[in-house]
Amino acid sequence: MKLLVAVKRVVDFNVKVRVKADKSGVETANVKMSMNPFDEIAVEEAVRMKEAGVASEIVAVSLGVAQCQETIRTALAMGADRGILVQTDAELQPLAVAKLLKAVIEKEQPKLVILGKQAIDDDCNQTGQMLAALLGWAQGTFASKVKVEGEQLLVTREVDGGLETVRLKLPAVVTTDLRLNEPRYASLPNIMKAKKKPIDTLTPEALGVDVTPRLVTLKVEEPPKRQAGKKVGSVQELLDKLRNEARVI
Amino acid sequence: MTTYKAPLREYRFVLSELFDVGSLAQLPGYTEATPDTIEAILEEAGKLCEEVLFPLNRSGDEEGCHYENGVVRTPAGFKEAYRAFREGGWTSLACDPEWGGQGLPHTLAFFVEEMVCSTNMSFGMYPGLSHGAYRALSMHGTEAQKKTYLPKLADGTWSGTMCLTEPHCGTDLGQIRTKAIPAGDGKYRITGTKIFISAGEHDLTDNIVHLVLARLPDAPEGTRGISLFVVPKFLPGPDGGIGARNGVRCGSIEHKMGIKASATCVMNFDEAEGELVGAPHKGMRAMFTMMNAARLGVGVQGLGLAETAYQGARAYAAERLQGRALKGPAYPEKPADPIIVHPDVRRMLLTMKATIEAARALAAWTAIELDVSEKHPDPERRQEAEDLVALLTPIVKAWFTDVGFAAANLGVQIMGGHGYIREHGMEQLVRDARITQLYEGTNGIQALDLVGRKLPMHMGRLLRRFFHPVSGFIEEQAADQTMAEFVLPLAKAFGKLQQATAHIAQAGLKDPDEAGAAAADYLKMFALTASAYMWAKTAKIALAKSEAGEDAGFYRAKLATARFFMARLLPETSSLLTVIASGAKPVMALEAEAF
Ligand SMILES: Cc1cc2nc3c(=O)[nH]c(=O)nc-3n(C[C@H](O)[C@H](O)[C@H](O)COP(=O)(O)OP(=O)(O)OC[C@H]3O[C@@H](n4cnc5c(N)ncnc54)[C@H](O)[C@@H]3O)c2cc1C
Repeated sequence: MKLLVAVKRVVDFNVKVRVKADKSGVETANVKMSMNPFDEIAVEEAVRMKEAGVASEIVAVSLGVAQCQETIRTALAMGADRGILVQTDAELQPLAVAKLLKAVIEKEQPKLVILGKQAIDDDCNQTGQMLAALLGWAQGTFASKVKVEGEQLLVTREVDGGLETVRLKLPAVVTTDLRLNEPRYASLPNIMKAKKKPIDTLTPEALGVDVTPRLVTLKVEEPPKRQAGKKVGSVQELLDKLRNEARVI
Repeated sequence: MTTYKAPLREYRFVLSELFDVGSLAQLPGYTEATPDTIEAILEEAGKLCEEVLFPLNRSGDEEGCHYENGVVRTPAGFKEAYRAFREGGWTSLACDPEWGGQGLPHTLAFFVEEMVCSTNMSFGMYPGLSHGAYRALSMHGTEAQKKTYLPKLADGTWSGTMCLTEPHCGTDLGQIRTKAIPAGDGKYRITGTKIFISAGEHDLTDNIVHLVLARLPDAPEGTRGISLFVVPKFLPGPDGGIGARNGVRCGSIEHKMGIKASATCVMNFDEAEGELVGAPHKGMRAMFTMMNAARLGVGVQGLGLAETAYQGARAYAAERLQGRALKGPAYPEKPADPIIVHPDVRRMLLTMKATIEAARALAAWTAIELDVSEKHPDPERRQEAEDLVALLTPIVKAWFTDVGFAAANLGVQIMGGHGYIREHGMEQLVRDARITQLYEGTNGIQALDLVGRKLPMHMGRLLRRFFHPVSGFIEEQAADQTMAEFVLPLAKAFGKLQQATAHIAQAGLKDPDEAGAAAADYLKMFALTASAYMWAKTAKIALAKSEAGEDAGFYRAKLATARFFMARLLPETSSLLTVIASGAKPVMALEAEAF
């Protein structure tokens, strides 16, 4: 079974993000970039499936600027077999990403696509669902356990009330939650091997996909600073403040 | 509140901007080591260090190693961390592919080592000593010895040690008493006691390979009568695994100031079976070829600790609110200003930053030349590089470890009383850093090596490998007005260094105490001048890039730090010259009984 994983290049989770002076977005110049942590989990799951003999090949796909190659290399160092970069400097919103992935998937014909449930930069949590809908495939989102059973897939999902297990027909789209696995550190020999693995480059034009943004960002601001707390002298005062100042009771 | 993030941007600067690490990929055997691969490897190693080694640093310090009946256990978590490190292939980084290594340059190993020492120096001792043993055997071992030991040392399933020190001798190894008696079958029986043996016994690997200095029955006196032996804890089995237990046991472990998670062992050899490595009585020379690499490694330990101290102090100084800026509140909305507004705190932070970054630049230069000295096709170029590395080795060892200890101490000072408290992790760095100034030849011995061996060697040829590029740089930059503020102080310090060198050469010839009394000050002067050279070269690059572009802030910080170095640290070379010129008399005059 061939697997496809999508990996996004995002600002590293350790970086304290700052809003650009013109409020058009966050500062990404000279900031450490890494693979989206949920996508690392997706790659790890794919590699484990390959190690277990369930998967035969893993293709890692990234979309965006030329430097996304580095993100693909990270996936290759973890154990993916080859990469595809859909290169563009344009802003890519979830719908455009889903359409581009669909075009790649039609070429590659994988049986299972694994993505992170969301990216830590925009927190959209949309791409996997849109992709499944566009492909007309089954979807198992927020996966904390994935098991292949013949032509079917058992996916345990993290839902508000607890865990829900669904049975999907392959081909399918799965999005990963935090507890699915703990991604490995790439080993030194595998980092070296990753250099020799192929990465193909495509463009949105070549795939015939219009990536024009549908949403307009009006303004990006820092969250308001937390105000200092107040000490109250008595329960009476607390009730009074809750009622008249905070107006919550 | 210790924090550590791998200084990847700094690595890129010294490796690809200040020096040309790309040139390594042109050397035979290093074609894989392209700059992008080096960067990818540093990034992944950084992740492992930050996430696996760093969290065990303080717990390892608190718990220490355990000794019971000859068995040593490392602190909780060390076994798992070592497994991750080993399985990730990190023990084999600079080993030969013939023995299962990755065949990557020393330059890369240097900076991976820096990150390991920044995050957990005690941990780093175990693979560090194994690599020393690997090098000794790969240079001096027989084919059979290499086949038996190198693959296991490379993949980290076995570890190594260096057994030199005995209770009555550390620096003066000519006094070694451990005996090696031929057993008749080509093997030897080793008997004696070694002390302070790092990683002598532990629970991280299946076997431990001791490299032991000992005397043959017919050995001449002193260092000319010392031979090197390989003595494994378990004799190698016929299948490449382990066989019978050998007669070497750990008698106890030391309770010590720092690196508590590194087991420092008394090792008792009782007719243990060993094999000779290299020629009889040539053990010191064999040990020395490897000790040079080990000395560079200890220098890198100092640099690593300094970086962690700096990162912790910088974070603390930005957050700790205490007092107001002298010119009036810098953050009126806060109850007080962060201490980074105070000139004295800035002085301390900048001292750390300026010495660390210059040291890292020197490390990059030394490391690249070390690779060139081993791999370059042109023998003349190899010799040139080897000369420079030999010259810089005592400076890297002594100066970097002095920088490491000073930085850790400044880190405590910046944190005030909180730096002295265990919880915050800064005092551990002081304790851990202290050993680096002692082992692998005390820093005093390094200074003697520089003055007594390296300066006169080949009629000053080694020295010229440093003096020529510096004077060349000063001449080249003379026409550039914008460089004057960096080149003039460099030229002044360089002139003084030449004066000091001439003084030592002349006075030392007549009276060796003159050279001995000047040595430590001379080494410091040399290190400061070499650092000034690194800062001037840095400034040249930074001037061109500090005006515009995404990274302008990075280069402006380089310029400001270079200016601080030239104005506030380099002038010490003047007083050092005065001290050196005062000669040995003030040091030697007092009778020993009068102390
Ligand atoms: C934690 C730790 C780990 C160690 N690990 C190892 C190890 O793995 N393997 C190993 O073999 N050893 C190891 N050592 C030993 C270490 O290398 C020695 O302690 C060191 O070489 C100094 O020797 P010494 O302690 O006998 O001091 P001494 O040689 O007695 O020196 C005492 C002082 O005299 C000075 N001095 C001595 N001779 C001269 C001279 N000729 N000229 C000027 N000054 C001189 C020294 O600089 C020093 O200041 C370790 C030590 C420690 C504490």
